[in-house]
Amino acid sequence: MSKKRWVQGLILVVLLGLGVFAYQTRQVSHAGESITAVGSTALQPLVEAAGEQYTGEHLGTFVNVQGGGTGTGLSQIQEGAVQIGNSDLFAAEQKGIRSTELVDHRVAVVGITPIVNKKVGVKNLSTKQLIGVFTGKITNWQQVGGANLPVVLINRAQGSGTRATFEQFGLNQSRSKTAQEQDSSGMVRSIVATTPGAISYVAFSYVDKTVQELDLNHVAPTEVNVTTNKWRIWSYEHLYTKGQPTGLTKNFIAYVQSPAVQKTLVRQLGYLSPDQMQVERNAQGHVKQLGGTN
Amino acid sequence: MKATQQLEQQLKRRSKAAKLEIWGRVVSFSALLLIVAVVVAIIGFVASKGIATFTSNHVNLWDFLTGKQWNPNITDANGKPEVGALPMIVGSFLITILSALVATPFAIGTAVFMNEISPNKGAKILQPVTELLVGIPSVVYGFIGLSVVVPVTRAIFGGSGFGILSGTCVLFVMILPTVTSMSADALKSVPRYYREASLALGATQWQTIYKVVLRAATPGLMTAVVFGMARAFGEALAVQMVIGNAALMPNSLVSPSSTLTSVLTTGIGNTVMGSLQNNALWSLALVLLLMSLVFNLIIRLIGRKGRLQ
Repeated sequence: MSKKRWVQGLILVVLLGLGVFAYQTRQVSHAGESITAVGSTALQPLVEAAGEQYTGEHLGTFVNVQGGGTGTGLSQIQEGAVQIGNSDLFAAEQKGIRSTELVDHRVAVVGITPIVNKKVGVKNLSTKQLIGVFTGKITNWQQVGGANLPVVLINRAQGSGTRATFEQFGLNQSRSKTAQEQDSSGMVRSIVATTPGAISYVAFSYVDKTVQELDLNHVAPTEVNVTTNKWRIWSYEHLYTKGQPTGLTKNFIAYVQSPAVQKTLVRQLGYLSPDQMQVERNAQGHVKQLGGTN
Repeated sequence: MKATQQLEQQLKRRSKAAKLEIWGRVVSFSALLLIVAVVVAIIGFVASKGIATFTSNHVNLWDFLTGKQWNPNITDANGKPEVGALPMIVGSFLITILSALVATPFAIGTAVFMNEISPNKGAKILQPVTELLVGIPSVVYGFIGLSVVVPVTRAIFGGSGFGILSGTCVLFVMILPTVTSMSADALKSVPRYYREASLALGATQWQTIYKVVLRAATPGLMTAVVFGMARAFGEALAVQMVIGNAALMPNSLVSPSSTLTSVLTTGIGNTVMGSLQNNALWSLALVLLLMSLVFNLIIRLIGRKGRLQ
């Protein structure tokens, strides 16, 4: 009986402890300000790093960053469930989103390049050849001057921002044929690295020595070529807010867009800064030269 | 007079044990209520979302179940969205049945060894090993599948290595411990005097196992297999890593294909709540839920039949 009492007492103490802990943490998060940013996994590292720096410099604030994908980010911001929705796409491009309610804040530019397995033996493709590969007209790498290996397509999931950008600007809006789908860039890279004949596409920051990146029409996938739009497969990274941002949300977005972050963090993490761009592109894909810098 | 009143009061008062009993009942009943509420809420939520594809997006149920094109983002020539779930349904069933077919002989063999042939070694070595296998997280199985099974499949059978065969290999190892331990329980529950009677009649050990023990344990063994199938059907992560996730009808065991779960996990983060793309995924989830209900019903049915004998 006394042992039972002891156990009961212990449970009570633990419960009380948890209650006190919950109360304490509640106090903390209410004492300061906190915002939540949800969405694109491609943009997540940047927002996380910027959030850490910001909260370090502004005590009592808290920026909570979660992944979930572009679709999740846009639907959560549309519902007003979070303060910031991270997206790889213009809200107007995503189905089911009323983009007029959302305000766009561009914080980075991401270049996307096709990658192939090293055994393929191809370093350059024309746009026509690339479309042929992804629509299934070209089924062996011999047809484009490579090794005798069957083409293995690896796509990102439907609705992924990287895939949407690649199909729009890399494949000139042709639709890739149904093939393997993976839900993360890291996974895509490791599969391309190990599967002979594999081709896929990832953001520049994911390219490493295990895979071969491809030139398109003899234009190399470099940051300089992205800034002049010679390399056409790139997209903005957006922070969306519902209506004009206020308070901490406004300050945080201004911080991410400030030169301090754009010149350091954005570039360290493999993104380009929108300030570097010599062109501007809108949701319909129309490109406009930005005056002066050329 | 006063003494009797006092006694009456004492007797009428609830005893400590009775109070404890009421308290216990309240606790267990509220736990039950909570769980029932959670289950009902989950089923209700999935059903309401899953049915929306057919009610608010006007997709034909038959087209959904038999269509072979899965591209919720685009519409076909008739202006209807391409949401044919047949490739995923076929993929899920193929991989489930195949892995159960491969796992069952091994599982029953192990269970027979553990129970009938060498109970000592079985209890000492095999029991802990199977229990260890249960504890390995599915992402580890998936990772091993990706870095070992897929290249080996590619080297032996060609193709990209991603496909139903690799999925079957991974699931086989994953469901083996479940089926084994449940088969062992089924064999254990065969009464000792069955074996004694059989041996007394002059049957050899093999004859006893084959003609008496396994026959008597059949309902239990079948339950074990169906349990394993239910686990294989619902497994998402490990399968997703090795099957290739291509919404194509599987034309061979090494062609990339997909299961209901793999399409769900890759797609759900890229769709917007309330859109057709999202609802179509919920419909897949509903199919998945209904199938696990069917598996449960089968298990119950087998259990009932086994009792009647």
